[in-house]
Amino acid sequence: MKLTKTLLATTALTVAAGTAVTAQDMADSMTLVSWGGAYQASQVKAYAEPYLAANPGVTITWDESSAEAVAKLRAMNEAGNVTWDLVDAVASDSMRLCDEGLAMELDHDEVLAAAPDGTSASDDFGDLLVSDCFVPQIVYSTTFGYRTDLLPEGVEPPSSICDVFDLAKYPGKRALQKRPIDNLEWALYCDGVAKDDIYPTLGTDAGVNQALAKLGTIKDQVVWWSAGAETPQLLADGEVFMGSTYNGRLFSAIAEQNQPIAMMWDMQSFDLDGWIVPAGLPADRKARVMDFLKFATDTQRLADQAAYISYGPARDSSASLVGKHADLGIDMAPHMPTDPANAGNVHIYDYEWWADNRDDLNAKFQAWLAQ
Amino acid sequence: MSDTTHTGPVLAADGTPLKRSLRRALRAQKLRALALIAPLLIFVLLTFIAPIADMLFRSVENQIVGRTLPMTVEELRDWDGEGTPADSVYRALYFDLFLAAEGKEHTKLGSRLNYEESGISSMFRTTGRDVDNIGKVYQKAIEKVNPAFGEGAFWYDMMSGGQGAEGNETLLSNQIGRLEGLESKTFKGDIGFVPGAEIYKILPNATRAYTAFAAFTVFMDEDVVAEEDPWEAVYPALLLDLREPATMAALAGYQGPGAQELRDLAAQADTLPPVDLKAALVESNEDWLRTEYWEVIKTYSPPYTTGYFLNAIDMEKTTDGIALRADDERIYGILFKRTMFMSMVITFSCIALGYPVAWIMSNLPARSANLLMILVLLPFWTSLLVRTSAWKIMLQQQGVINDVLVWLGLVADESRLVMINNQFGTIVAMTHILLPFMILPMYSVMQTIPQTYLRAAKSLGANNWTAFWRVYFPQSVPGIGAGSILVFILAIGYYITPEIVGGTTGTFISNRIAYHISTSLNWGLGAALGSILLAVVMVLYYAYDKIVGIDNVKLG
Amino acid sequence: MSGFTLTPVETKPLSFALPVIGAAGAFVGLFVGTAHGSGLMGVVIGAIALMALGFVALKVFGLGMEKTTRKAMIALFVVIGWLVAGLPGLVLGGLFGWFFSWFIFWIGEGRYRANLAPYLTSGQVLWHYTFRVICGAIFIFLITPILVVIPLSFNAQNFFTFTPEMLRFDPAGYSLKHYQDFFTSSGWQQALRNSLSIAPMATILSVGFGTLAAIGLSQPHVPFRRAIMAILISPMIVPLIISAAGMYFFYSRVGLQGTYMGVVLAHAALGIPFVIITVTATLVGFDRSLTRAAANMGADPLTTFFRVQMPLILPGVISGGLFAFITSFDEVVVVLFVGSANQQTLPWRMFTGLREQISPTILAVATILVVISICLLTTLEYLRRRSERLRGLSPG
Repeated sequence: MKLTKTLLATTALTVAAGTAVTAQDMADSMTLVSWGGAYQASQVKAYAEPYLAANPGVTITWDESSAEAVAKLRAMNEAGNVTWDLVDAVASDSMRLCDEGLAMELDHDEVLAAAPDGTSASDDFGDLLVSDCFVPQIVYSTTFGYRTDLLPEGVEPPSSICDVFDLAKYPGKRALQKRPIDNLEWALYCDGVAKDDIYPTLGTDAGVNQALAKLGTIKDQVVWWSAGAETPQLLADGEVFMGSTYNGRLFSAIAEQNQPIAMMWDMQSFDLDGWIVPAGLPADRKARVMDFLKFATDTQRLADQAAYISYGPARDSSASLVGKHADLGIDMAPHMPTDPANAGNVHIYDYEWWADNRDDLNAKFQAWLAQ
Repeated sequence: MSDTTHTGPVLAADGTPLKRSLRRALRAQKLRALALIAPLLIFVLLTFIAPIADMLFRSVENQIVGRTLPMTVEELRDWDGEGTPADSVYRALYFDLFLAAEGKEHTKLGSRLNYEESGISSMFRTTGRDVDNIGKVYQKAIEKVNPAFGEGAFWYDMMSGGQGAEGNETLLSNQIGRLEGLESKTFKGDIGFVPGAEIYKILPNATRAYTAFAAFTVFMDEDVVAEEDPWEAVYPALLLDLREPATMAALAGYQGPGAQELRDLAAQADTLPPVDLKAALVESNEDWLRTEYWEVIKTYSPPYTTGYFLNAIDMEKTTDGIALRADDERIYGILFKRTMFMSMVITFSCIALGYPVAWIMSNLPARSANLLMILVLLPFWTSLLVRTSAWKIMLQQQGVINDVLVWLGLVADESRLVMINNQFGTIVAMTHILLPFMILPMYSVMQTIPQTYLRAAKSLGANNWTAFWRVYFPQSVPGIGAGSILVFILAIGYYITPEIVGGTTGTFISNRIAYHISTSLNWGLGAALGSILLAVVMVLYYAYDKIVGIDNVKLG
Repeated sequence: MSGFTLTPVETKPLSFALPVIGAAGAFVGLFVGTAHGSGLMGVVIGAIALMALGFVALKVFGLGMEKTTRKAMIALFVVIGWLVAGLPGLVLGGLFGWFFSWFIFWIGEGRYRANLAPYLTSGQVLWHYTFRVICGAIFIFLITPILVVIPLSFNAQNFFTFTPEMLRFDPAGYSLKHYQDFFTSSGWQQALRNSLSIAPMATILSVGFGTLAAIGLSQPHVPFRRAIMAILISPMIVPLIISAAGMYFFYSRVGLQGTYMGVVLAHAALGIPFVIITVTATLVGFDRSLTRAAANMGADPLTTFFRVQMPLILPGVISGGLFAFITSFDEVVVVLFVGSANQQTLPWRMFTGLREQISPTILAVATILVVISICLLTTLEYLRRRSERLRGLSPG
């Protein structure tokens, strides 16, 4: 009952928005940029399909280029020819894009729908509005999954991040992301550095060496990935015993593809993902994309996305609407990274710190990898 | 008979000397040939050579510093590199940074300089956020004295010197030029404002700051200057001018619009906050006091730099000249060496595998040789991605080769061989992919070597090995040479296959170039690495042309 | 090979034939044995079984009953294989039976010398065949990866590996679902359409410009011929990543990045060297007096070109065009940089697929591409022969 009401309400909202800017003023095609895989599929189902149903005649092209979003937007901007209309980006990229003037600054209360109870969009999103250009969609985490059937006999399942570094107890290959972020922090944490001291320690050369030395203990057992879907594939193929990836990808391997994989949430690293609108769009395309953005980030749509993938919706008001998985009918709440049972010991990564030190640590990390 | 005694120049049918006629015919022939070639040559130059030249240019280009901080760079020229620069540098920096922050260009400069010294990026970012607030202090103080200074129309009149006043076009075009440099665009047209020549003499800083504001308002915000309130940077500029002792005297005789208000304001200048922009910037981020950051800015202020190339060979510019990077940051030397080493291994594997195949094909009757040729060409014609994915299937731990080995009992199930995501994977897959490029030139050379030579050698008493090594092999060397250079050239530039099967230890310099272009965004460094790789390839290409001749490349 | 023999065949003594046959048996037995637990047992059993078979075939039945013996032997191996390992064993057994039944007579009757010069020593004969086995292995190395893709594309599972069902030849382990996925997924179909609209356009450009230039280059007096040639061939030599990066920056500046035209121009540039090479190759043997004869008889240059030159260089032009087409159709690095979502080609999708969501749909596409390349290769081979025949370079 409540669900239909909100549906009706949001449809009414869209209609209202549609009358403010007449449909003739809007472009009838959009290029949306996302990450591909299960995540993009959830966006297609939760946002794009209902929008297309409500707006026949509109076409949406998907580009799986979010990983190169900053580079490509820069090049497009240089050419003065922006072909993208809406780009899915992680928080740190969106800050960078905003700083460089490549993303449009938005007045969140004006362009986004209010919560059903009337709470303004900026209050509903709260602290997650980390940048003026950024419209958050989800809270996700980078965490570990492991093969339950490759667990040595008589050994309890891994439960601590430091089990990643324990080759004696858990032999086998690990998949880690090919970047310093998260990996160095985990390494220091498991080398006995207190959580609060991680970033001050990483700021020193000795600290970086300490972290790399700790990673070095498992280096020859690591497969380095760069795309989020690699770890689930490596796990499914039995190529690795455990590996880090985005929690939603693991969920889809476990729940949807019934792989013998289990989650290990300890020291999961939280991050945000959301939309940015490229700067300098022509009026008709901007009108279309704003219309879509308002629709796709309302309370119901964000909650709907959680029915396809286990990422926490970014709006407070969506949390209570999170229900069951669309096809499997299992309760989604316990699979969210924000669920209290999963969020016991989390790692919160420092955007500001990494923005400053990324280039430097990247060079060191890559040099270390190459040696 | 008389013809043979004719001593003049030989004439063509139309009576012109034959020599000239022939030369003309030759020239016409040359022109016709060039006319046929020209369209393609122009096409290739535009679509292919120009992009590469453009990329080479990026590896030395460094105009961003001079364009974003033009006044700072100018002022910094006199700094001796000791301690912190003079106050005037900080003052110039404030005004440069203000304009850059309005255009959102300062973070690009920050990222650029952060490649050289980490931490600079955040210095620019945090201060970029604060420049408005720094100016706002003075704006509030001035508006408190006289609210008229908060109005756009008042400022417009004052700064243009009123109707019919003499304008300073030079200042205007300078400021537009500065904006053009900052935004890398060209701006045309009248902005509806010309700074007054007289007021500029009295209030140089304020007029300059206002003119920059006017240009930005028209071109970037697409608004009308007279209707907009000036931005914050104009106020500290005005106060700086008013504090100058000479200004009072100059103002006394000034009759233009706003003269009275300015005189009143100047009279109260002492009650206004002192203009210490250095303190304000340092308060925003104390890193502005760090000598090494200023050194970086000074070192990288010229429009062209060798910095990217130095970085590409693991070196860096320091105050004491050029030095090797720290041990843990040296990566490109390793990568170049690895690229060379692996390409060589691949080349040798191709020789080892290609030679017997080329031999047997050239020794078989034509019909069987053609059949084998198809087996060689099939991989050659199959999509590169198909072959790469095939190797992924073959080599992975749960892959075909491991499955077979486990089934045969040669390898235990729990200790399957790791053949992918390492150098082995790259070498095997690339040997397979490049093998046809080795076999084809070898085959075309071996076809021309008569078998009778071998038999003759043997009948003269040479054993198999001697006959082969002393007679056949030397004749087949050109084929090996042609194939090897071709394979080597193709191998060192490979990107797709190492990316998919190479893991971290099996990747090439190309993968690093791609990384810098699409992920780390250090385009200059990517271009510098690309230039070095290109130079290596060009040397090999030249050698190939000298030894084999590009005309002799054969494709099946 | 050929129908005649260089050396008369003579039956070898058993003292030579049986050990050789036994050694082959031991070799195979080693693998079968290790697969079932004991390598040593495998060696012994293999050697003894093969020697016994050899003895029976050569001595007991003899040459007169060769056909029957061979059939019986194949049947025996099939039955053993089936008993040991079911359906796959049956197939493998059949193959082994066919090989050994041939091998026993080949060795025993000394047929291996038939095509060799009579004066070769036995060491040379051994080397001759070892060399052939090595070459065979290299050809297997060349072809296997391509063939392996084909059965896997019929995998019923979403994996890149052979499932137990597939190895048992269980029909349930096979399906056409990846093909179905390819033909019904709008993403793949769009990619196919993009590929098919980009490649022909690029081919037309490179063949058009390239043929003209090749004709120009083959004139007797061309100034700067070497330098021009070097520039025109360079797209083939310059590493793709450098071309791609350069085009990415440059095309961005001029507004071609992310457009259909940009990708077409880039691919045309990459295809040009192939057209130049193949067309100049056909022009090498071109008899210039033919054009002079045509001109002499009153044909204008255009007529001469289309009526005399064109038919002769056509095979070169077509094969150059095929090369240009396949270059564009296969190209992934440049399109990744120069293209945008609207120009996603088949290789682009395969590449992101390989790096990201790995699905055997890629293998279905791969199989289709292999079939296409076999077709192209056949066309090319036909053209080559036709060209040689036309130019009188080879008889028939």
